[in-house]
Amino acid sequence: MKSNVARFWRQIPQRYNLLGNKCGSCERVFFPPREACPYCRRKSIGKMHDLKLNGKGEVVTYSIIHVGPEDFEEQIPYPIAIIKLDEGPHLTAQIVDCDINDVKIGMRVESTFRRIQEDDYVGAIYYGYKFKPVR
Amino acid sequence: MREVAVIGVGLTKFGELWDKSFRQLIAEAGSKAILDSGIEGKDIDAMYIGSMSSGRFVGQEHIGALVADASGFSHLHIPATRVEGACASGGLAVREGFLSIASGMNDIVVVGGIEKMNDVAGATATETLAMAADQEWEAFFGATFPGLYAMIAMKHMHDYGTTREQLAQVAVKNHKNGALNPYAQYQHEITVEQVLKAAPVAYPLGLFDCSPVTDGAASIVLCALDKAKKYTDKPVKIIASGQASDTLALHTRRDICTLDATVYAAKMAYKQANIAVKDIDLAEVHDCFTIAEICAIEDLGFVKKGEGGKAVENKITTLDGSLPVNTSGGLKSKGHPVGATGVAQIVEITQQLKGEAGKRQVKDAKIGLTHNVGGSGATCVIHILEAD
Repeated sequence: MKSNVARFWRQIPQRYNLLGNKCGSCERVFFPPREACPYCRRKSIGKMHDLKLNGKGEVVTYSIIHVGPEDFEEQIPYPIAIIKLDEGPHLTAQIVDCDINDVKIGMRVESTFRRIQEDDYVGAIYYGYKFKPVR
Repeated sequence: MREVAVIGVGLTKFGELWDKSFRQLIAEAGSKAILDSGIEGKDIDAMYIGSMSSGRFVGQEHIGALVADASGFSHLHIPATRVEGACASGGLAVREGFLSIASGMNDIVVVGGIEKMNDVAGATATETLAMAADQEWEAFFGATFPGLYAMIAMKHMHDYGTTREQLAQVAVKNHKNGALNPYAQYQHEITVEQVLKAAPVAYPLGLFDCSPVTDGAASIVLCALDKAKKYTDKPVKIIASGQASDTLALHTRRDICTLDATVYAAKMAYKQANIAVKDIDLAEVHDCFTIAEICAIEDLGFVKKGEGGKAVENKITTLDGSLPVNTSGGLKSKGHPVGATGVAQIVEITQQLKGEAGKRQVKDAKIGLTHNVGGSGATCVIHILEAD
């Protein structure tokens, strides 16, 4: 199912640059950015400040995908992981630039800007973050 | 709040039902439940239908009215509502029916659950199921639905020493039970070796760790307990209905290995029923993947966190164990027509509590629990049933 391109370009700041935000009330950091802090709620309104994350973190857990969605079929088998960023937020991303057998829980990783999907060969190309081992 | 009872149940065969349409399946399950209950069409105050994605699977939305129509009730103009909460849609429909009677608004409600998943290609079915996950922040980056549960499994193995064999034993147990269920998709036993050697889907999970793509429908008739005796000598009371939610994305959860939605829904249900875990005689839990059953028995409080794998290995949850889990065969062996699952769980527990479960019968079963999960744990709905 193809969507209008707006669905993707409106996420560009987050997906290209890991732009999150920080609650001015409790200092918690969120990614993707939230309209309000779930902990401070009304106290956080107007106090949510953009924060670019440094893209470094560690693997909390992972899997190797052997049966993937159509858009990812050519990449099979590929590792997918939950990563805890140093600033606190967790996210889900592919691990690249290493042997799939080398992915481990606790491994240090950093973000890298990559092509994620595309709408056939004449459609839009969607970019975003993947993560690679810190060497 | 008024007391509510199950007075009738109906199931279709679960499986790849190429010769049956969406409409035929739900009408079949519904008419079986209605005939079982002894009510007539004019007695029905409302209908609730659980379905995750009829729009994607058969290209049809607006199925509340469709189901009333397909069941032959269009001229009765019965209020009919579709309920959606991914794989928990069926359980949520049961809860809506329960609440509408408990509130005093309705006396008799028919609840249905359905998914017709084989009318689309396998890849489309997989993609549709992934819509229960966070599309923008999980699926977009290449996470699959089995991949999310695989990440729970990896963390569980890492943190608690749960083994690949223990995961496999969940599937082996559920197939053993399913072999005794004439409605199950897979009515044959499997071995640990077969599970371990199956094609990989999302490491560490293989094909036999995953519930299948299934067509099927289930239905129950609910009635205010004070009116139930008119229809049956053996009403089965619903003594609790708990529900909770959590973050849509797995990565945002407090703990990757704990479904807090299950913990909170269970807490709500145990309090309502005024029972302790030790009072439960059997349970149908949401084993969409083998790891999910291990997390479920921990999060429901049957065993301590981290001891689920050991409990399976020690055969606590087998048909003759101290707390039988998934006597129907569970989602793994009975099949998982997503929207039907939560309703089918009530069907199994009702039959068990009435002593009508045939070769799967758990001796002296008095109290049973159903546990239905949406997505990777963003929704959980739990019911506790008791023989009256």
